[in-house]
Amino acid sequence: MLIARNLTCLRGDRLLFKKIGLELSAGGLMYVLGENGSGKSSLLRLLCGLLSPEDGEVFWNGKSIKNDAENYQSNLTYIGHLNGLKDDLTALENLQFSARLAANVVNDAVVLSALTAIGVARCANLPVGVLSQGQKRRVALARLWLSSSQLWILDEPFAALDTASVAILAEQLNQHMAKGGMAIITTHQDVDIQAQSIQNLRLSA
Amino acid sequence: MKDAWIIVFKRDLLLAFRRRSDLATTLFFFIIVSSLFPLGIGPEVAVLSSIAPGVLWVAALLAGMISLSRLFAADFSDGSLEQMLIAPQPLALLVLAKISAHWIVCGLPVVLLAPLIGLQYSLPNDALVVLVLSLLLGTPALSLIGAIGAALTLGVRGSGLLVALLVLPLYIPVLIFGAGAVAASQHDMSAQAHLSLLAACSLLSLVLAPLATAAALRISAE
Repeated sequence: MLIARNLTCLRGDRLLFKKIGLELSAGGLMYVLGENGSGKSSLLRLLCGLLSPEDGEVFWNGKSIKNDAENYQSNLTYIGHLNGLKDDLTALENLQFSARLAANVVNDAVVLSALTAIGVARCANLPVGVLSQGQKRRVALARLWLSSSQLWILDEPFAALDTASVAILAEQLNQHMAKGGMAIITTHQDVDIQAQSIQNLRLSA
Repeated sequence: MKDAWIIVFKRDLLLAFRRRSDLATTLFFFIIVSSLFPLGIGPEVAVLSSIAPGVLWVAALLAGMISLSRLFAADFSDGSLEQMLIAPQPLALLVLAKISAHWIVCGLPVVLLAPLIGLQYSLPNDALVVLVLSLLLGTPALSLIGAIGAALTLGVRGSGLLVALLVLPLYIPVLIFGAGAVAASQHDMSAQAHLSLLAACSLLSLVLAPLATAAALRISAE
């Protein structure tokens, strides 16, 4: 269960949002909506613990994520607007690394099946640097097939994807929600995802 | 926990191997700078061997420093650093792995080449041995201390110069003990005190630098 209370975010001397609270329980999906520059990405980074809030706190299962960081982080998969891929490593190597970093032991076959699921299997042994923007994004998103964490925080996961990939990713999100996972997503597209509870959090600029 | 160190260490070595030209820059810088001095000063043995400890150490120090700004910059700009910050692993350990890989790639080749370069300065054999030992004990401290500077200046414009301003003053003790060790052995004195102090510098920074670097990265990545 993820709870945030009174979150206030200041970037430089600009107030992005103040006193935002949210509650997400197992099987819950939350869309974070708002115009460009309204602080959606900052809110997600705040929830991950990458940014520290000006005021307020985030709790995971009743414990502040500051005090219990390691436990929270082992339950969290975050894909930001940066892909977190190394151009000089192959797609396979990149995913192996990020899975191991998340303390998931996976073999090449599992990684390959994740890449197959999102349709970039033939790029598996190519350096990520030579892939197109959409392919890179898909390699980054393949982490979701390797992730065993309960909370997914995704920043614009559908951007740069073609329609087929959007459907595949939506289906993966459906399965995650059905298993009692949680997800917080920013998006500008209408994507149909089934979940026990769906909330919209609107940020105003 | 040890696994986390190993996977980051291996990844960084692999990346360095795929980008061999970066490695060559550091090494080439060290070779060129330390070879320019004998050419500029002339072949006088007495002069060359008396300036050798200082020149070689300064060259090694600067060679290590030019690669520092690259230590975290690529990870920062492609988002891998973000992923490391929220990985369920102790950040200081991941940072230590990156620093270790940096030392293997930028420090160790300089240590291994130093005796060859030292020959240009007609250093006697036992001084060459002390030179290698002093670099072996001292260069880890340079990488460790440098990482703090690299982390603090991450994402700042003109970070190269800023790193130098931050880090060079902290390098002074290492430089003094390192060059001192070689000079002592040239004058038939024991270099042991200098070498012990160098080892102490490295050990102290081994304990403190990863923690400081991790804290600095958290601030810089915000």
